Amino acid sequence: MAEFLAMGGYGFYVWSSYGVVAFVLAYVAFSSWRGYGRRRRELDNQERRSQRRKTS
Amino acid sequence: MFGLANPRRFMSFTDYALPIATALTVVLTIVGLYWGLVLAPEDYQQGDTVRIMFVHVPAAWMAMACYLVIAVASLCSLIWRHPLADMAARQTAPVGAAFTALALITGSLWGAPMWGTWWVWDARLTSVLVLFFLYLGYMALWASFEDRARAARAAAVLALIGAINLPIIKFSVDWWNTLHQAASVSRFDGPAIHESILIPLLIMATAFKAYYAMVLMLRMRTDIMERKIDALRAGRAREQVV
Repeated sequence: MAEFLAMGGYGFYVWSSYGVVAFVLAYVAFSSWRGYGRRRRELDNQERRSQRRKTS
Repeated sequence: MFGLANPRRFMSFTDYALPIATALTVVLTIVGLYWGLVLAPEDYQQGDTVRIMFVHVPAAWMAMACYLVIAVASLCSLIWRHPLADMAARQTAPVGAAFTALALITGSLWGAPMWGTWWVWDARLTSVLVLFFLYLGYMALWASFEDRARAARAAAVLALIGAINLPIIKFSVDWWNTLHQAASVSRFDGPAIHESILIPLLIMATAFKAYYAMVLMLRMRTDIMERKIDALRAGRAREQVV
């Protein structure tokens, strides 16, 4: 395991590369999901408000 | 192809396609990581740093592919004025910028131990840095207009002018002297790298493509909902005036 983590002495470079890729791609995906959920709820709200106006 | 150009049909298509792309991303990433980090052999010259290739090269490919998507979608948007083409272009930009930044960072982390330098101002590295700034400029242009249709047109023109950078990036390693190696996968005489590292590379590249498809669908759906929200608000405001 220690040998695997050491990456033949290049551990810092290899794991930094994979780490930064994982972090950035996870961040972009997560913020896209969050934006999606927010709009989803807002659209529901707006649709209810428009419905209420029509029925009242 | 034009069947999808209808927002409602796009929504029902992505009801199925989005979970598939998400599942593909997860599975391919797990397989690709295991293959690339554990199964693949180290390089006889570069040692374990060659594993950086499995994230660096797919990121660089996607950096260019995303810009190509933006350019083609921009052309469609200018010709047919279709809102989904605008959305595809606009929502691709942040993902493309992320891939470009990752290509630059991982390239630097690979260059430091192998070339002995984090950065050189040579043709390949500089043209990719220009690509990164093109993405930022493109996003800034979108953000700087109140009116969506005008923003779409201005951004599309910028995207098409910037597309000249794509062949420059691709051929920079052939046209100029550079530390960066020439293409070893997409060559006329077939890939020049061994299967043992070509296969994990292609798996990771496919994983990145699935990831892009997933995020793009998600962001375009968000964009469509945003337009619906605006339309509902505008509709109520009109009723109030009457």
